[in-house]
Amino acid sequence: MSIIYLVLPLALLVVLLGVLAFLWATRRGQYDDLDTPAIRVLHDDAPGASAPDHYAGQTETRG
Amino acid sequence: MAPAVPDRASSVGAPTTRVAVPPVSCAHCALPVPRGLMDDAAPRQFCCAGCRTAYAILREHGLGQYYELPERRDRPVTTSGRTFDEFDHPAFHALYVKATGNGLSRVELYLEGVHCGSCVWLVERVPLILPGVARAELNVRRALATVEWDSAAVPLSRVARTLDSLGYPPHPFRGMRREELRRREDRAALARIGVSGALAANVMLAALALYSGWWSGMEAPIARFFRWMSLALATPALIGPGRVFFQSAWAALRTRTLHMDLPIAIALGAGFVRGAINTVTDTGPIYFDGVVMLVFLLLCGRYLQQRGQRAAADAAELLYSLTPATARVLSADGVAREVPAEAIVPGDLLEVRSGESLAADGVVASGESAVNVALLTGESHPVFTRQGDKVFAGTLNVASPIRVRVTEAGEERRVARILRQVEESAGRRAPVVQLADRLAGWFTAVVVALAVTAFLFWTGRDPEQAIDNAIALLVVTCPCALALATPLAVTAAIGRAARAGIFIKGGEALETLSKPATLFLDKTGTLTEGRTSLVHWEGAEWPKPLVLALERESTHPLAAAVRAAFGNQPAPVPEWSRHVIGGGVEGRVSGHQIVVGSPKFVTSHARPEGAPATEEALRRAPWLITGAPRTDPSSPSAPRDDRGGTAPREDRGGTAPWGDDEIEGTGIDGALTPVWVAVDGVVVARAGFGDALRCDTREALDALRARGWRLGILSGDDEHVVRAVGSTLGFAPGECRGGLTPEDKLHAVERARMSGPVVMVGDGVNDAAAIAAATVGIGVHGGAEACLATADIYLTKPGLSSLIELTQGSRRTMAIIRRGIAFSLAYNVVGATLAVVGAINPLIAAVLMPASSLTVLLAAWRGRSFAGEAA
Repeated sequence: MSIIYLVLPLALLVVLLGVLAFLWATRRGQYDDLDTPAIRVLHDDAPGASAPDHYAGQTETRG
Repeated sequence: MAPAVPDRASSVGAPTTRVAVPPVSCAHCALPVPRGLMDDAAPRQFCCAGCRTAYAILREHGLGQYYELPERRDRPVTTSGRTFDEFDHPAFHALYVKATGNGLSRVELYLEGVHCGSCVWLVERVPLILPGVARAELNVRRALATVEWDSAAVPLSRVARTLDSLGYPPHPFRGMRREELRRREDRAALARIGVSGALAANVMLAALALYSGWWSGMEAPIARFFRWMSLALATPALIGPGRVFFQSAWAALRTRTLHMDLPIAIALGAGFVRGAINTVTDTGPIYFDGVVMLVFLLLCGRYLQQRGQRAAADAAELLYSLTPATARVLSADGVAREVPAEAIVPGDLLEVRSGESLAADGVVASGESAVNVALLTGESHPVFTRQGDKVFAGTLNVASPIRVRVTEAGEERRVARILRQVEESAGRRAPVVQLADRLAGWFTAVVVALAVTAFLFWTGRDPEQAIDNAIALLVVTCPCALALATPLAVTAAIGRAARAGIFIKGGEALETLSKPATLFLDKTGTLTEGRTSLVHWEGAEWPKPLVLALERESTHPLAAAVRAAFGNQPAPVPEWSRHVIGGGVEGRVSGHQIVVGSPKFVTSHARPEGAPATEEALRRAPWLITGAPRTDPSSPSAPRDDRGGTAPREDRGGTAPWGDDEIEGTGIDGALTPVWVAVDGVVVARAGFGDALRCDTREALDALRARGWRLGILSGDDEHVVRAVGSTLGFAPGECRGGLTPEDKLHAVERARMSGPVVMVGDGVNDAAAIAAATVGIGVHGGAEACLATADIYLTKPGLSSLIELTQGSRRTMAIIRRGIAFSLAYNVVGATLAVVGAINPLIAAVLMPASSLTVLLAAWRGRSFAGEAA
């Protein structure tokens, strides 16, 4: 059972890493707005996707 | 259309006629396109010029994907048409613009008209539309956009105009400094929760190992290792995240008040110290698991509570953002210079160009224009303004330049006074009296007294036991469940309510709404539709196509109502037509001279061609004009706009009510705007335009009355109109108050608050102060932006039926809260009794404590407060 003297501090080290990651994310403002990113991720598209449409759309601007 | 209107004459067949033509929907917002705006040659139809512009911009920049988004807004694009020149002023930049590190500038803008996911998509595509804008990010809940742009490449006014043309008029966000502070606080609170949560979880794991070892046996060195590890983890939890409790308890001690944090701090401190001593001496239980878990749970409860209160604090900030920051002052020699709004003094002469907002109250010195007073009154039609008229800060000049002599500036402005009242009312409400908090003072005193008594009692008999029993008492009576019950139940209820289309900003509103109280309603836009429609037609049917022919091309609200009412009839094309602002329209259709408009206008313009009125004509139309009828616009019975107070309105200027004999005792007709129709000099029909009642109003009000609510109407509209509307809805005349200014409404609410809680339901900015002053303010679907900002609750579904759901849900939520508090109190009484007599040791107390919290938590989460599935 003496392996626990080694494993437990190691586990705590992992916890420490997790806490540090959480603090980093908090300080960077990752949790400031919890509503919009959920919407944004659904809309996100590659910028390339809108580029062809750019030329197609020009004929319709008179609409 | 308006079922409640007494059917006195031939009714208008609007509902049946409208379905005949399949509605064409706007290519941008998908609303039906009015017949008059349809262009059969064009491939796409638009409901308004704003939608057309927005569509062109999006297409031009290859953003047609917008139209594929599953969730698009369902309202026409409303652009303010302002120039936003003040956004380029150095004073503006000094106040609101910050430089980012990489040569860009950053500004936070509050956007009007943000509602859904497609708004996020659109606003964040602005960098694609406008080169020079590096980044645009929108917080959809708070409608705050952060824009980063290269100020050398593109002026901020251009960015603002682009946002405006997409339908999101921007305003500088004035709460920036407070915002920074608040962001720091929120992040710190989250960091505390995260750290204490991680520590608590690991201490709990160690405790689990220790408890298992208690029964199955554990080698002493390993047990010691676990105990020391718990100590090592509990110490940072207590001096890090747990410090807030000691600080607040110390602050309470210094001000000699009893605070719930006091027993918490004592329990935390005593448990920790005793646990540490036991760890070092290697005897007796350690209490670290209970202590750390307590810190974590309490921090969670507080965070939830704080978030709810935050939303309410945004209100005044947003309102301030709606008034302009600068103005152009004319000096004596006629030179205009731009000055900050703060520097304007009474007596200054302001030049207000078309498309600019007024920065101060004043009197028009020269010029004629139309002013949009929507910010103050919620009224969407521009008001005609000429020399000598009073104009107010925050309103928008839409037609032509005017010069305004300032009478009140700065804090004396009407908008500032209203906002101050909003702030004061909000401030008075701030000390949130939560059910749990009321108990906390007593609870604290009792617990501390009990612990001391137990300690003294046991010291005499068994000094070894005394400290353990006292700690067990403090731990077992920890007001954890008490502190969690309220915020958890409230948070769960708010979430469920949001799914039912009711947005609740603060939990305290639920407490008020759970019991019948006084409920005031605004009339226009709340009880009624808030838009003009044709509700009455008296006379021949045959002129209808002729009227439609004249009104088809007009943008006037009454013309829109005419089109909505007889939109599908075939109508000839007029030979010529002429619109007269404030009067009506005249023209020639199918060989007849047609005059449609206010009685005064028709009287003066309808002349039989060639010959005066004949005997034949007199017989055909008994109300033929033989002399000028009463047309005094300032007559006391002239309809006044509900949301506009006494402000004159363009479309009602110069009109008169039907006539005294018809107003008295004929109910709702007094609320109608009369329009006469003359063909070839003979008045052949009279139409009444008014505001129709919302269809479910009567049922909703009756249901509330049945539950014991006291209802009343507070309206800016004319007293007899309010009484007429009220009587059809079952109000006693005494319950209907009309002719009120925003300030009157506020006073009425404040007076009623003396005798109990007051709920105010409204939609205009003139309701904003009353809504803020009421115990609970409710904004209804389609209300003015500023009113929704101050309301505690916002109903997203049209109609008042949500009110019933709201009161029922509140009652159920309060029942859940009361059950939770009763349970935790009962638990504490039993636990404290056992601890005092020494029947439980601190270890069992530490296990029981989270058990009670979990029970309360589950009850709060599972409780069915609002029927979330309701469509």
